[in-house]
Amino acid sequence: MDYETFSIFAGTWGLVLLVIMFTAAIAYALWPSNKEMFEHAAQLPLDTDNPSDKGEPRS
Amino acid sequence: MAASKEAAPGTLTAASFGVGGLFVVGALISMFIAAGTHDGVMTFHATLFILFFVLGIFAIGKRHFDAQENPPEPPARDGIAYHDGPIRVATIAALFWGIAGFLAGLVIALQLAFPVLNFDLAFLNFGRLRPLHTSAVIFAFGGNALIATSLYVVQRTCKTRIAGDLAPWFVVWGYQLFIVLAATGYLLGVTQGKEYAEPEWYVDLWLTIVWVTYLLVFLFTLAKRKEPHIYVANWFYLAFIVTIAMLHLVNNAAVPVSLTSPKSYIIWSGVQDALIQWWYGHNAVGFFLTAGFLGMMYYFVPKRAERPVYSYRLSIVHFWALIFLYIWAGPHHLHYTALPDWAQTLGMTFSIMLWMPSWGGMINGLMTLSGAWDKLRTDPVIRMLVVSIAFYGMSTFEGPVMSIKAVNSLSHYTDWTIGHVHSGALGWVGFVTFGAIYCLVPWLWNRKQLYSLALVNWHFWIATLGIVLYITAMWVSGILQGLMWRAYDSLGFLEYSFVESVEAMHPFYVIRAIGGGLFLIGALIMAYNIYMTIQGHVREGEAMEPAPAGDGQLAAVGAK
Repeated sequence: MDYETFSIFAGTWGLVLLVIMFTAAIAYALWPSNKEMFEHAAQLPLDTDNPSDKGEPRS
Repeated sequence: MAASKEAAPGTLTAASFGVGGLFVVGALISMFIAAGTHDGVMTFHATLFILFFVLGIFAIGKRHFDAQENPPEPPARDGIAYHDGPIRVATIAALFWGIAGFLAGLVIALQLAFPVLNFDLAFLNFGRLRPLHTSAVIFAFGGNALIATSLYVVQRTCKTRIAGDLAPWFVVWGYQLFIVLAATGYLLGVTQGKEYAEPEWYVDLWLTIVWVTYLLVFLFTLAKRKEPHIYVANWFYLAFIVTIAMLHLVNNAAVPVSLTSPKSYIIWSGVQDALIQWWYGHNAVGFFLTAGFLGMMYYFVPKRAERPVYSYRLSIVHFWALIFLYIWAGPHHLHYTALPDWAQTLGMTFSIMLWMPSWGGMINGLMTLSGAWDKLRTDPVIRMLVVSIAFYGMSTFEGPVMSIKAVNSLSHYTDWTIGHVHSGALGWVGFVTFGAIYCLVPWLWNRKQLYSLALVNWHFWIATLGIVLYITAMWVSGILQGLMWRAYDSLGFLEYSFVESVEAMHPFYVIRAIGGGLFLIGALIMAYNIYMTIQGHVREGEAMEPAPAGDGQLAAVGAK
């Protein structure tokens, strides 16, 4: 494959691929049914496992 | 224990015999290289390798007998036996190398103000100390902080013990060997001359082994997680580990002169070499100094503020947008060079687009405190974390501005760049790391609180004053330099000679050194505070009593 072909391939199909991947990532982030999972995930750092933490640890 | 299928952590297994065997082989190869080389530095470095392997074999054996004699560490409150030993080592290493790196920075700042401080000694020369400073603060201080926090965060958010038994220890100690090899190499004049990628081929190979082990440890820990979802901080940490591996391999592709020579030749040449170098260089900023430390932010800010991140969805958008954009921004380091114009414009465009994820992430971090803003007043650790996010916002605003070609024609090659880098490095990377270590140390050493929050407060204000002095001095100096270099008289001749612009910098270089000195003093206060915390002391009058459960705040007993 010469430089010209490679460059055109990257500039067209490469662009399409990246746009599709990025759109998929945004759709995943905004998909309504994922809300509950994200709310659960957001609590993960707040689990209490340290002596200075308050409350009961969640296992 | 004998009945259980899994051996007690620390005792010898088939895998540890394998590692021991590899260490024997490594020691033998190092001996042959030490004996066969005509280069003094190579002999020295091969000897360091031998020492590492021999001490490693000794440590594996000692660990076996210790594990047989002593009971294993008790599990954490949630019943999981986390593996925190390597994290403790990396945390202390981060502090130690941090202070060494800040000190090297102060020395070179003073050398710029007072060139006599080069002392006409090769190994104290600015040219050798400068990479020592940058590598020490980025890779030694930042790298150890990232290794420590990533291994801590991945265990806690996945609710599982870290994968591998010896592997995490190898990552931490192997990384220290990499630092010692790189640093002593610079001082003795061994460098491949690529900015932020100065270590020579054999040090690069060693880092590759360590880094791939780190990646495997991280991936296998994620794979055996007990939580269905991978918390966003781990995504940032994983992106950092994977991307650094890729950048390191491509940028350091080199052919050594011989197996016993420290010298090698990069396989890239010309403008391709320049582009690959800055693809590496800028993504070291994007994925080492940004993505990795954002992982830190997404764990330690919510944890310390005791509330979940402002918007988890925004954090996912932040992640993917950052990953998709950062990788293209490197060409802005090569404006007005032999790099094709379209590539320069591409680098500039992607840099400007980076405003969006950067500020999205900054808003996400800052707004995590919404409803708890009073903690800024009561908790200096939260204040440090929040100010670090503010500096993140500030330097990620400034960076894209400087990547615009018209602005770059004024700012490039001037001290403005140095000021920009340090508002990010001291303000963002430094403060978020300090905040994370202040959180981490009491947890790792099972202490109820830090030795003194008052000392954290002193650290915060002294260091902040230092940063402000540093960056303002460099802005003025940089713009002055840029304007002096482009000033023409009525006949079209340059108005100033280069040395006149150097002379004009002197007062700003002195102010910068004072700023750096203050930052170093702050770090020394921190080291004392951390030492006393590990020793289990609490400063008089600062002992805290937990309020009744559910009440959120800790109340100081007998507070002034």
